[in-house]
Amino acid sequence: MNSVGEGCTELKREYDQCFNRWFAEKFLKGDRSADPCSELFLKYHTCVQKAIKEKDIPIEGVEFMGPNREKADS
Amino acid sequence: MIGKHFFSETDIKSAWEQVLTAFWLRYPNPYSTHVLTEDVLFREVTPDNRLLSRRLLTKTNRLPRWAERVFPGNLSRSVYIIEDSVVDLGNRSLTSLTWNVNHAKFMLVVERCVFMGEQDRPVWTRITREAWVSSGVFGLSRPIQEFGLARFRSNQVKAMRGLEHALSNLQKASATCHGDSAEKHKNLNSTSKTQKPQQYI
Repeated sequence: MNSVGEGCTELKREYDQCFNRWFAEKFLKGDRSADPCSELFLKYHTCVQKAIKEKDIPIEGVEFMGPNREKADS
Repeated sequence: MIGKHFFSETDIKSAWEQVLTAFWLRYPNPYSTHVLTEDVLFREVTPDNRLLSRRLLTKTNRLPRWAERVFPGNLSRSVYIIEDSVVDLGNRSLTSLTWNVNHAKFMLVVERCVFMGEQDRPVWTRITREAWVSSGVFGLSRPIQEFGLARFRSNQVKAMRGLEHALSNLQKASATCHGDSAEKHKNLNSTSKTQKPQQYI
């Protein structure tokens, strides 16, 4: 799968691989040892944030689970 | 907010842990050609051991012909979608909220999915999907909402197929691994006869 930043796809793949392994082998089994993917994420994240700014993607300040507030009563 | 509401509940015959693992792996799949990019923007494990994630997706903006004529400017940009999710190991749930952050005045689709693993039925996962479709365009909100709901229904079918595709790949991969590790175990057993018996505390 491609990243929104054309030059970030390889960094994304490396991070995804690390995360998927950690998720299945550690997190889901209740293992709380430190996440080994933070360095990879940082490199990838820096790249993606640059692409987001360049493409003017409106995600700045969007609250986590934002629209959920309105749907809480449903 | 006046709009269209969608609700569905399905049980699938896969363990919750597998469904969750597949949740991160579902793109690309043969049913997701309309999904152009996928990125993780944010991840955090909270002190109470919940996993929060935010993903950004871009999807093609496929409109019916009548909408293309009325809104020519809309064709230019893809749709940007945020997917926020919380994995809660304690109550065996994954809750995701997905919504578009552009073209929102034309049409806003908010989707909430809950993937629930049940203690007494470990090989089943319940998927609850709810969506709200609304439009802020004066005079055209009804046909836009109708279109939005119809497109959502069709996307929902693709999403399920995509998830099942990812699950099936996972199951095939783990079958291969088990085959490999069975071989390794055989070799280990044959050499351990000459070693001291291991002590397990």
